[in-house]
Amino acid sequence: MSVTPYNVLGTRPIRHDGADKVTGRALYGADLQLARMVHGAILRSPHAHARILRLDTSKAAALPGVFAVVTAADFPPAAADKIVDFGEGDMLLSSLRGNILASGKVLYSGHAVAAVAAVNAHVAAEAVALIEVDYEPLPCVLTAPAAMAPGAPLLHEGLANGNVAEYIRHEIGDLTAGFAAATVIVEREFDTATVHQGYIEPQNATAFWSSDGRVHIWCSTQGSFVARDATAAVLDLPVSQVKVTPMEIGGGFGGKINVYLEPVAALLSKKSGRPVKIVMSRRDVFTGTGPTPGSRVRVKIGVDTAGKITAAQAWLAYEAGAYPGAMVGPGAMTVFACYDIENVLIEGFDVVVNKPSTAAYRAPGAPNAALATETILDEIAEKLGIDPLELRLRNAAKEGTRRADGPRYKRIGCVEVIEAMHASAHYNAPLPGPHCGRGVAIGYWFNIGLPSSATLSVNADGTVNLIEGSTDIGGSRTSLSMQAAEVLGIRAEDVHPTIVDTDSVGYTGVTGGSRTTFATGLAVYEAAQDVVTQMKARAATLWTAEEVDFSGGIFSSGPNTLTFAQLAAQLGATGGPVVGSAAVNPRGAGGSVAGLIIDLKVDPETGKTDVLRVTSVQDAGKAIHPAYVEGQMQGGTAQGIGWALNEEYFMDASGDMRNSSYLDYRMPTALDLPMIDTIIVEVPNPGHPFGVRGVGEANIIPPLPAVANALYRAIGRRLNSVPMNPATILNL
Amino acid sequence: MKAFDYTAPATLPEAVGLLVSQPSARLLAGGTDLIVQLRSGRKEADLVIDIKKIPELNALDFDPIAGLTIGAAVPCYRLTAHLVIQSHFPALAEVASWIGGTQIQGRASIGGNLCNAAPSADSIPLLIALGATALIAGPGGRRTVAIEDFCTAPGRNQLASGELLVSIQIPTPAPHSGAAYLRFIPRNEMDIAVVGAGVAVTIADGVFTAARIALSAVAPTPLFVPAAGAALVGQPVAPAALEAAAQIAQSAAAPISDMRGTAAYRKHLCAVMTRRALEIAVTRAQEN
Repeated sequence: MSVTPYNVLGTRPIRHDGADKVTGRALYGADLQLARMVHGAILRSPHAHARILRLDTSKAAALPGVFAVVTAADFPPAAADKIVDFGEGDMLLSSLRGNILASGKVLYSGHAVAAVAAVNAHVAAEAVALIEVDYEPLPCVLTAPAAMAPGAPLLHEGLANGNVAEYIRHEIGDLTAGFAAATVIVEREFDTATVHQGYIEPQNATAFWSSDGRVHIWCSTQGSFVARDATAAVLDLPVSQVKVTPMEIGGGFGGKINVYLEPVAALLSKKSGRPVKIVMSRRDVFTGTGPTPGSRVRVKIGVDTAGKITAAQAWLAYEAGAYPGAMVGPGAMTVFACYDIENVLIEGFDVVVNKPSTAAYRAPGAPNAALATETILDEIAEKLGIDPLELRLRNAAKEGTRRADGPRYKRIGCVEVIEAMHASAHYNAPLPGPHCGRGVAIGYWFNIGLPSSATLSVNADGTVNLIEGSTDIGGSRTSLSMQAAEVLGIRAEDVHPTIVDTDSVGYTGVTGGSRTTFATGLAVYEAAQDVVTQMKARAATLWTAEEVDFSGGIFSSGPNTLTFAQLAAQLGATGGPVVGSAAVNPRGAGGSVAGLIIDLKVDPETGKTDVLRVTSVQDAGKAIHPAYVEGQMQGGTAQGIGWALNEEYFMDASGDMRNSSYLDYRMPTALDLPMIDTIIVEVPNPGHPFGVRGVGEANIIPPLPAVANALYRAIGRRLNSVPMNPATILNL
Repeated sequence: MKAFDYTAPATLPEAVGLLVSQPSARLLAGGTDLIVQLRSGRKEADLVIDIKKIPELNALDFDPIAGLTIGAAVPCYRLTAHLVIQSHFPALAEVASWIGGTQIQGRASIGGNLCNAAPSADSIPLLIALGATALIAGPGGRRTVAIEDFCTAPGRNQLASGELLVSIQIPTPAPHSGAAYLRFIPRNEMDIAVVGAGVAVTIADGVFTAARIALSAVAPTPLFVPAAGAALVGQPVAPAALEAAAQIAQSAAAPISDMRGTAAYRKHLCAVMTRRALEIAVTRAQEN
């Protein structure tokens, strides 16, 4: 057994919200019922690209039971355009408004055009069908290459270059010299399909615009403050006039950072004078919220006889969907991020197409890029006769390695992750038989900091109440409580976490970018230190002592000792309540490297892939709650395997999504995957007192290339497009 | 979903009377298709007639002479759990356990699967292979239709105005018979067939004496391929015979490309699934 300096960190307490979740008491947005509440529904465009010639809502408004109808004309007059920051990505206000309710043109099938509030959801749906819209259909473009071609239909006026909203270029060294020094050069082009995060709970929002002018929103969001600020921006209100109460969240994976329904529900409430609830259908979720970009990526890598990468070049075109912001930036930053390469050229293109406006999805932009790099390295390793992990080890990024986009790494765990993969039982086990293949790949994700706030108040019974603002997607109530408990020398169960509304805690950024356990964890750590400082002063008062020590949950001074609980019981007599608080904006987020080993078996007659064995490896810095770290690794791996094998937006030529249900959008079910084994690597992050690195995202990066590499060994052919579904595997 | 009236007649004549007076009424057995279609707006209803309270439609009887009678409203779980079905019609018990998940099987009926007339319906190719018939009641009395003639187009069937399905009749298989249904789905469960193949064979002295083969998801309706079965009759049980029948089934298929698979891929799968289903059916026949 390893020796740990910690009492709480690294243990596996039962999550604080567990009982509420498994007994059905936890309240989600769709559960909310308010007095006099009415129900909203949205009219969505059947066209992928069309001009709105006429929009007549009079028949809908006249239907009995209808309380309000809104269109883009109901937005307050547009102030000057500005950037709305979502923490993990941002959007121009004009684009955000345009996406929430179309004005002038519709840009994708599913684009919201108008909304109705009615006595119930059925009447609302009936009223939506009475809204008359005359469209002038326009030609649509559905892929980045098509949208970049000369003469392509244009979605917007005034972008950088046709449908290209942004061009990114990172360059270091001398590419020509680098490739000249290579003995093996491989260049390939890859296409990936649009995929959705696939959370279970649809987007929902309830809004009440009170007669005093304040707007109260209840919604499923990854960031209550981001939802507040974005809603306020769209409605041209001061942020203090909007209060967001985050409900429990049934999955987000990046897709619940943006706002879709909140401003619409608010406008409907303003018009109707009633609380308005809107809940999306599954088709609304697929066609009206942000999936992750489809892409075309071309990568060229040169390696010398020693197995050292001499040069690497990448060309990435990502589909932003209807509005700019395809997450090609992170794709360009991560494409070669695992490796120490002297000569690099990376070009990225953010391309608008007639598909839903894309959103973040777990390490957004990185899997598309890693698919290319990691399959090409696999091919080069084969050509050179080097073990694919050994080739990666020879080129692994380390502390001090400079990435092509600028930064030099602090301590990262790339080498350690590759070594753990190499040493694993899985990597050293034989394959079970014919038509089987094993693939490996690694991936890097930055993780982010951003502001977080937390308050701890001490109860007389020796417990503490934790007030925080990070909506809990992956067990963060517990990972945060554990950090407080560690500092205070109490049990995790003695910390009672509550996630409160935006009026009740300091600003806290999104639960995204794998930042919550790191950044809100730091806020909790600082708040707990504040509590310790105050309680030391109380002990000093009691003992009339100059100095009080605190260690292992015991306050002491000379012969005097008190446990945390004993001192907590005496707060009333020593000056009253103790409340510790902290607000942080940390810079020290530590990037995380993840690796995957996967064994597959392919039915040569049907092309069906069965997943036999999977091992996910990731650097967690310090695993606060190992079970939730493992859960993140398993979740990201499952999503990545689904993305690799079967998931896709199946669009017809007119841009209509034909598989907008979980029946036909083929995510893996529990019956499709084996138990995913995990190996947690711990290379502490110097930017966090406990060494925490975010673990939510890097794990989704390796599955695409690892599956591709395994399939190559199973079928003898390299596939250059995702999904690698049975028909693709048989080339039919 | 629009508001609709709901009624649950207790007798067959009552149900027929309601259908005659309101031809646009929708019939509800398990509702696992109808409710989804109403909620998505693909169908509308002013009146929904629940047929689950009609005793004859809940019958599940086996008689060695008359064969198996499956009332139109009998949910799948009753077939899966039925000992006679498990022993005499194991392929049917399997299909009933593949349609939807456990919760769905508590409601979904084979009768509904037939009447919904999806080209991809899992039960229909097997019913065709087993030589089943549909017993229909209407204002003009009762009539019987072979299952292979029941579906007329995607979502459309033989039922005329005022008519409803009473039961499905499956003859008792001859000695040394075996049947199987196989579908291809890219996942392991909870999916719609990309291609399905239902087969039934009878063997005597190592030679096929009867065979019927039908496919799903490769034509506007479940597709009976009599020539594929006929090609087996008189042939010795050997891989070449199975492959030849599979090739005939493949030639008969006229699939489309859609989100569940390309036409070329479906065509390819026809032969694979037919051959694999025949292999299982042969094993079962040899064990009987």
